[in-house]
Amino acid sequence: MVAYIVRRSVMLIPILVLISLVSFAIIELPPGDWVTYQIENLRASGIELNEDEAERLVKMYGFDQPAWKRYIRWMRGILFKFNFGWSFQWGKTVNELLGERLPLTLVISISALIVSWIIAIPIGIYSATHQYSVLDYIFTFFGFLGLTIPTFLLAMVLAWYIFKLTEFAPLGLFSIEYMDEPMSMEKFIDMLKHLVLPLIIIGLNGTGALIRVMRGNLLDELKKQYVITARAKGVNEMQLLFKYPVRMSMNPVISTIGWILPGIFSGEVLVSLVLGLQTTGPLLLRAVLAQDMFLAGSIVMILSVLTVIGTLLSDILLAALDPRIRYSAAAAR
Amino acid sequence: MSDTGRGDLLLEVRNLQVHFYLFEGVVQAVNDVSFDVHRGRTLGIIGESGSGKSVSAQSVMGIVPSPPAKQLAGEIRLHRATPDGGIETVDLGRLDPRGQEYRDVRGGEIGMIFQEPMTSFSPLHTVGDQIGEAILLHIPDSTPQSARERTVDLLRRVGIPRPDRAVDAYPHELSGGMRQRAMIAMALSCDPALLIADEPTTALDVTIEAQILELIQELQDDLNMAIIYISHDLAVVGGVADEVMVMYLGLVMEHADAETIFDEPLHPYTRALWQSIPKIDGPLEQLVPISGNIPSPFAVHRGCPFYARCTERIQGVCDESPPPMLEPRPGHTVRCFLYADDVDLAANGATGE
Amino acid sequence: MTASTEVFEEVLVADQADQDDRFYYASQWSLIWWRFRRHRVAMVSTVLLLLLYLLAVLPGFFSPYLPSTRFESYQEAPPVRLHWMDKSSEGGGFIGPHYYGYEKTLNKETFKYEFEPILDNPIRLRLFAPGSEYTIVGDWTSTIHFFGTDVEEPPPFMLFGADRLGRDLLSRTLYGARISLSIGLIGVALSLILGVILGGISGYFGGLIDEVIQRLIDFLISIPQIPLWMALSAALPRDWPVLKTYFAITIILSILGWTGLARVVRGKLLSLREEDYAMAAKAAGTGESRIIFKHLLPGFTSHLIVTVTLAVPTMILAETALSFLGLGIQPPAVSWGTLLQDAQDIVAIAQHPHQLIPAAWVMAAVLLFNNVGDGLRDAADPYSDH
Repeated sequence: MVAYIVRRSVMLIPILVLISLVSFAIIELPPGDWVTYQIENLRASGIELNEDEAERLVKMYGFDQPAWKRYIRWMRGILFKFNFGWSFQWGKTVNELLGERLPLTLVISISALIVSWIIAIPIGIYSATHQYSVLDYIFTFFGFLGLTIPTFLLAMVLAWYIFKLTEFAPLGLFSIEYMDEPMSMEKFIDMLKHLVLPLIIIGLNGTGALIRVMRGNLLDELKKQYVITARAKGVNEMQLLFKYPVRMSMNPVISTIGWILPGIFSGEVLVSLVLGLQTTGPLLLRAVLAQDMFLAGSIVMILSVLTVIGTLLSDILLAALDPRIRYSAAAAR
Repeated sequence: MSDTGRGDLLLEVRNLQVHFYLFEGVVQAVNDVSFDVHRGRTLGIIGESGSGKSVSAQSVMGIVPSPPAKQLAGEIRLHRATPDGGIETVDLGRLDPRGQEYRDVRGGEIGMIFQEPMTSFSPLHTVGDQIGEAILLHIPDSTPQSARERTVDLLRRVGIPRPDRAVDAYPHELSGGMRQRAMIAMALSCDPALLIADEPTTALDVTIEAQILELIQELQDDLNMAIIYISHDLAVVGGVADEVMVMYLGLVMEHADAETIFDEPLHPYTRALWQSIPKIDGPLEQLVPISGNIPSPFAVHRGCPFYARCTERIQGVCDESPPPMLEPRPGHTVRCFLYADDVDLAANGATGE
Repeated sequence: MTASTEVFEEVLVADQADQDDRFYYASQWSLIWWRFRRHRVAMVSTVLLLLLYLLAVLPGFFSPYLPSTRFESYQEAPPVRLHWMDKSSEGGGFIGPHYYGYEKTLNKETFKYEFEPILDNPIRLRLFAPGSEYTIVGDWTSTIHFFGTDVEEPPPFMLFGADRLGRDLLSRTLYGARISLSIGLIGVALSLILGVILGGISGYFGGLIDEVIQRLIDFLISIPQIPLWMALSAALPRDWPVLKTYFAITIILSILGWTGLARVVRGKLLSLREEDYAMAAKAAGTGESRIIFKHLLPGFTSHLIVTVTLAVPTMILAETALSFLGLGIQPPAVSWGTLLQDAQDIVAIAQHPHQLIPAAWVMAAVLLFNNVGDGLRDAADPYSDH
């Protein structure tokens, strides 16, 4: 098992390198080097910068050197000093900004993933065991809607509708009256109320796909010989269902994390923008609009790395749950 | 062949009728099937795929998928031993297949071995876990510890080397033959009175097949079990069965003790089957395949379902009305007009071909 | 074959045997078409989708005004209602389609403008009425609109209401469809080219090339798309001409869009190249590329069409999302995404819910494409699980 984890982790290294290269390419993408751009900005806003000072800045950021050296510089900063760079727009380090925003992004994304599982798995089980029943059709239809309706449009429409019906604006993390209050029970409940809508909307996108995966796999598993064998042993139907076929069809569901997670991060960015949640989403948009590229590149990189780590965790979980994977991993060694 | 002789009556199946209601139509999978099974004896059921042999056995187990299947008629009477040494009779066909009472019978009084040793075990659970599950369900007062010990004993009994390690193995770590042995251990885990073996060796190599067959017979002698052995392989059935039933499209075509049915088959279908396989000890004859194909399972036959492929058919008789079950010799039944009284034939105004 | 499936497999064999000859000799495409026609939802969706594209091809004809025409003092006016029965007198009868102009008043309590229809002056509409001049294609212009009125200087007939600057939302939605619906098609066409080439190479040659391309796909799939698209579009100068931005956006979308198509192509190629007819072609000395394009591609064109149909809505959505964020198509060019920028503020939506109408169009287009794709999938592969 340990060997398996090590092997899977080592296999990640090239992907992580690729991610860092793409992120660096993003930083370098805007035409012209951004130090010159920033210097011009500073001058335009009336701050006097003499040529020496400008030169010092160009040198400091390595713009007198080739791109690959700047890449190594940036990576060295991240790996050894955990320093992602400087945000011009905010006048803060990227670390500081991410430290403020990333926790909420993580909480919302992981909760949305869990919400989508909690909704999708029971529905998938019900739909598979009651194939072609009325509820199966209804669930399949809503799963289809979840797959097709774009998250941010849904967020807009639902937020408006909730506001219209209840006068409660599901925007931001707290209502205005709690904004400057210290944390209390009421404030916490208010926060939960604000989180319900984004969690469901972000989760919903994955839910439709998950229902399909769970239902399809369970239908396949239910036809397998081992189910009949277990039935021939006299096992109670309910126990049988959960001990064998449901367990089996959980494995493909776990492996969907790898492709649901990017969707959740994407959805989180858009939904947070629409619903005004202070996560990395709005930060990324502002960074991109202002061409604050260290910040933008770092956010893309961190979200990608988080996805990759999520996939790794799901692979490890899968190996822990499925002896065949452990077996073949041991055999491959 | 078992030499225990004719034992007590264990199972009586009478006029069993099971149909599948599918989107494409109705399949009359089992039509009017009756047979008896005695303790210590083996009933072989022979038939091509779609003959209803498996569905008949699954009906006894109560594991026919329903829907789409429905038992329309018939009784499945099990004469089981009570704890005080007496015999009680239950009609399994009337029990709820998902209910507690039927579940006690399944895996308890009746054990079953399946065709595919590769897929018969769940890949996510150890062999010991899956065998122990049956023991915990059916043996009173068993604990996980005692179930494990019994499992190891069973594994040793079916000839699995190092049973104390095999008990913790996952199915994919065992070979096909070993898995089938484990499967037998599972079916026997609760000392069943009846073992249903549904093509247990079809997926195995010939040498392993011989070992498994030997094992089954050995266990039968030890435990005085009744066995229903289902196969399309005539040689295998000839080797294990005391009596043989030949099925075709849901109907019993012929039923007799094994020697009689192999030496003096009466039904044209049985004879055709016999001719289509090579014999080691018999004279060297030309192999004759059965002409034509098995008809669509949805087809409804007015007369004999074998009519279209039969070489001895009587036009105007065999295709007009269903052949009756006849008993030309004591203990030897056959469903064919050829053995009907001449008077009946004449009355129908039929002419032989 | 397990005991319980025995019966079912027999069924399939028997069922095929019962079919008539017409079925046996039909081409693959006829078979797909027959099955697709039976899928009612998909058929209806196809017709609606074609209508939608007709609107998008001729926005000038179908929209009553130009997208840039501003009606002063009609800022954020709600949708005008279409009437059939005369409202100017009690119990007025049927006078055909018509509408009433708005009277704008200031609500002294809320300090907001309110629009009330003036019911005494019905303005009748007719088909093919003259209006402002628009361009059909190149220098070819026309003044005939699908509907309009002959009344001199009529109040504007804004069926979807007006935007913040008093422009007709219906006209803008129709003009926006031109960009939003075409970007999906062009983006998918680009992805298809990339996907077929890379997937084809990967699946046909296998080995190291396959490994590299597969890892590349794994990598691209593991990056959250929206953030990457956002970051990439940051490189687009805001002052580029519309057409240039349009193509740049299309390319950005295709960079991530080809992976799904490449997977389909590769998977199918892997299974098909082992088939006898591919072997036979190879044995006959046919060149590699000829085998791929002449012998193998036709074998899974139907699957490709399904994947392409299902990829178009993703593209449409991506453009909408980017333009909505202000990173895609830039005003004054109109796309559904830029129209939705007006709807970013929920309080504003609450006051003027008609700003959400373009969102309904996006959802409709996405749903229709998905329905058609689902129908095609069922038709192309009746035994697939979905």
